[in-house]
Amino acid sequence: MNEMAKVTTAKDWASDQEVRWCPGCGDYAVLKAVQRTMPDLNVAREKTVFVSGIGCSSRFPYYMATYGFHTIHGRAPAVATGVKLANPELDVWIITGDGDALSIGGNHTMHLLRRNLDCQVLLFNNEIYGLTKGQYSPTSRIGTRSPSTPFGSVDRPLRPCAFALGSGARFVARAIDVHKGLPDVLKAAHAHKGASFVEIFQNCVVYNDDVFAPFTAREFAGDKQLWLAAGEKMLFAGGTKGIALDVERLALKVVEADDPGVIVHDPKNRSIAHMLIEMPGEGFPVALGVLYDDPAPTFESAVVEQNAAAASGKTPDLQALVSKGQSWMVEKEPHKL
Amino acid sequence: MASATHLLTEREATAQPPVEAVVVRFAGDSGDGMQLTGGQFTLSTALAGNDLATFPDFPAEIRAPQGTTFGVSAFQINFGSTAIDTAGDQPDVLIAMNPAALKVNAEALRDGGLIIADEGEFTARNLAKAGYDANPLDDDSLARWQVVRFNISQLTLDAVKPFGLGNKEALRCKNMWTLGLALWMFDRDRQPIVDWLKSKFAKAPGLAEANIAALNAGHAYGETVEMGASIRQRHIEPAPAEPGLYRTVTGAEALAVGLVAGAQLAGLNMFFGSYPITPASPLLHHLARLKEFGITTFQAEDEIAAICAAIGASYAGQLGVTSSSGPGIALKTEAMGLAVMTELPLIIVNSQRGGPSTGLPTKTEQSDLYQAVYGRNGDTPLPVIAARSPADAFDCAIEAVRIATRYMTPVILLTDGYIANAAEPWKLPEMSGFAPFPVTFHDTPPAEGVGVMPYARNDELARPWIKPGTPGLEHRIGGIEKAPGSGNIDYSPEAHQKMTDTRSAKVLGVADSIPDQAIALGSEGAKLAVVGWGSTFGPIHQAVRRAQLRGLDVAHVHVRHIWPAPRNLGTLLQGFERIIVPELNMGQFKTLLRDQYLVDARPLNKVSGLPFRIAEIEAAIEEALA
Repeated sequence: MNEMAKVTTAKDWASDQEVRWCPGCGDYAVLKAVQRTMPDLNVAREKTVFVSGIGCSSRFPYYMATYGFHTIHGRAPAVATGVKLANPELDVWIITGDGDALSIGGNHTMHLLRRNLDCQVLLFNNEIYGLTKGQYSPTSRIGTRSPSTPFGSVDRPLRPCAFALGSGARFVARAIDVHKGLPDVLKAAHAHKGASFVEIFQNCVVYNDDVFAPFTAREFAGDKQLWLAAGEKMLFAGGTKGIALDVERLALKVVEADDPGVIVHDPKNRSIAHMLIEMPGEGFPVALGVLYDDPAPTFESAVVEQNAAAASGKTPDLQALVSKGQSWMVEKEPHKL
Repeated sequence: MASATHLLTEREATAQPPVEAVVVRFAGDSGDGMQLTGGQFTLSTALAGNDLATFPDFPAEIRAPQGTTFGVSAFQINFGSTAIDTAGDQPDVLIAMNPAALKVNAEALRDGGLIIADEGEFTARNLAKAGYDANPLDDDSLARWQVVRFNISQLTLDAVKPFGLGNKEALRCKNMWTLGLALWMFDRDRQPIVDWLKSKFAKAPGLAEANIAALNAGHAYGETVEMGASIRQRHIEPAPAEPGLYRTVTGAEALAVGLVAGAQLAGLNMFFGSYPITPASPLLHHLARLKEFGITTFQAEDEIAAICAAIGASYAGQLGVTSSSGPGIALKTEAMGLAVMTELPLIIVNSQRGGPSTGLPTKTEQSDLYQAVYGRNGDTPLPVIAARSPADAFDCAIEAVRIATRYMTPVILLTDGYIANAAEPWKLPEMSGFAPFPVTFHDTPPAEGVGVMPYARNDELARPWIKPGTPGLEHRIGGIEKAPGSGNIDYSPEAHQKMTDTRSAKVLGVADSIPDQAIALGSEGAKLAVVGWGSTFGPIHQAVRRAQLRGLDVAHVHVRHIWPAPRNLGTLLQGFERIIVPELNMGQFKTLLRDQYLVDARPLNKVSGLPFRIAEIEAAIEEALA
């Protein structure tokens, strides 16, 4: 990845396979955004690997003209860990969904983030199980009516970014499938060395249509979207409102734009990142963009380093290995035959 | 046992008074250091040139309440001047460090055998904990055996007094006192143990000296104290063995070294993904120290991640290996299907233990054969091989790597708790004598306008191994059914039929590169064949040998390649009049043989968590021929 990769266009990153998502699915927009972003990343196709689990979004690798591995439900982080440890030079992307990453594969997602494997995790959150025809998911809101919850779901949903931050992720971001801000988030995720966690609000047009419309629809976007930029004030609603810290309650509050307390976004501030993730819906915008970005040493680099240190000065001598420990010589047959 | 030759000595062949063999069982509390004592006695036995087999038998609890019967840990060793194949049916000598150890182990002792008891531990409190109403050393309840008692605890305290240890620490030395006595009993050299103690306690020379003093005191006690006829010194001559350099090896060690050797012969770095589980963890521990051989060990968050990471590593061009025991293997099942579907090389080691569910974590069993051969969703064939002894695990590991890389397939390697922990002499292999089987990665891009064909086939139906990072060969693989050749998603009836047929034919074709089934003992067409697999080798071999010496027409067939089996196995089995299949399960291999070859194989089952005794198989042979 160090040498300059060949100049490519979005088309070079698309495979010859026919894309088979439902018409209008948000996955198309994410696929396009990724294919458009790849030429800007200075990476080679042959060194890029997309690893996915199971679910609608997990078909993604088939549509990329890179190496790809469509694994089993929930296990993409584990497979990706093996790929990256075996060859740290590969650029690894994990494509997953809310059920895949947070329900059946929650454990692996947690440990991938905790270990800080250098990769990009794109979590397509549509708050529903699409491929199995519409059951509620671990991110579905209370009361979600689905074939498995005809009277409404009763369990509390998980916030993916809070889970990621709690698991020790060093890069947490949010984006919207059809929003023009997605490529920049992808670039930032790729630039971050370590596990980059990106939650993409993705519309399931068939089973959960418009579930994010209260903040993604054009008419609400201005008031309900807070796009974060490092070093810049947290402003929204056309620059008329801002986010400040309510010091007494140790919580965020909405203030007028000219309030001296409006926070300047510092992506290394973990506490504020957590508050941004947890901002309540009512009266608050949804924080988008790079919420947290504070690099730490990666898992694979630590493994490689330790392996090298442990091996240094030793020669791999098989004969010596089998001969280890105390041995004795049998000179000749002790009994006459 | 397997590597020490099974040549019959003149004396054996003429069934004269047998060559000497002794079974000693060290038993004490889990905290008494019996496994350590047994391990060092094993080393001394090996250095004396005796053939040997050991059986560590310990509880699942790390430190069960002191003095209780369920906290008893034992180590049994069978050694002699002849070929030793098992850890022995019945101990001749039992060393009991407390009442509970006596209670648990006395019944197994042969009539007339010797009990050495530490009477210092036979206190009212300890007797009550072991469930004795009265002190068995004082009544006639042990009359079937010879009993020698002395206060090992006090003698140890006296011996280590000059070193100023606390009472607790001082008493920890009593296993070395006991070992010293045992070394005297069998005329052994103390020096290797002294050397070992010095290196073990290099950072605490005081402890080393105390332990050495205890060892010497135990030895001196045997030499100087008149103990009557019960204990006398015996010298056991070295056993016949092929000339060469030997060491003792446990199955876990042999397996680790074999996997390393296999990876080196294939020219690959190894990725070992594992999650701790008894009795499989020692393999992870051994490999974690061998980084200079290009090994990455990964302790995963769970069994599933362990195999999935290994699959990812194989995809990226290393040799993926994962290891577990039955319950963990169950968790890996779905991922094994993925490895079959993506046709990547992978080794899955199952150190079997007693099941089902958590079962008997520290006890041995062979009850995961169905799981290995049949236990996946879909028609999901993969090769299965089984090691028969600790030393054999080395060769089986190399064989597993050979098959996995040559045929691009996951391979299950079955071993068990007994093999993993047991030790035997091992004639060191000459590594230059192994033919390498280097892997070739496919790296030639197709012509312009032609698609990449990750599922193209060679003559043996193996697909090419293409590493990510190779320019011009970008492709996608996955667990979903695919088109032959291109590997593109394809659910069509033709594609599924064709791919299922191909996967099956490829695995069955492995039989073309494995040797014909040999007969371990006896000849083709015998009246009775005793057919085994895995760790039952020892007891079956000895039982068949004894039956033959009594003139019975019986043969021993031991199968390493469980799936696919050697091409001649069916014909071979059909040539015997009768077949019995001793197994530490309820008849799994027996069923497989009946299914594959329509032979009237009869079961001999045992699921007590313990290996077969030779006598049990001998009795079954007699019954089958009656």
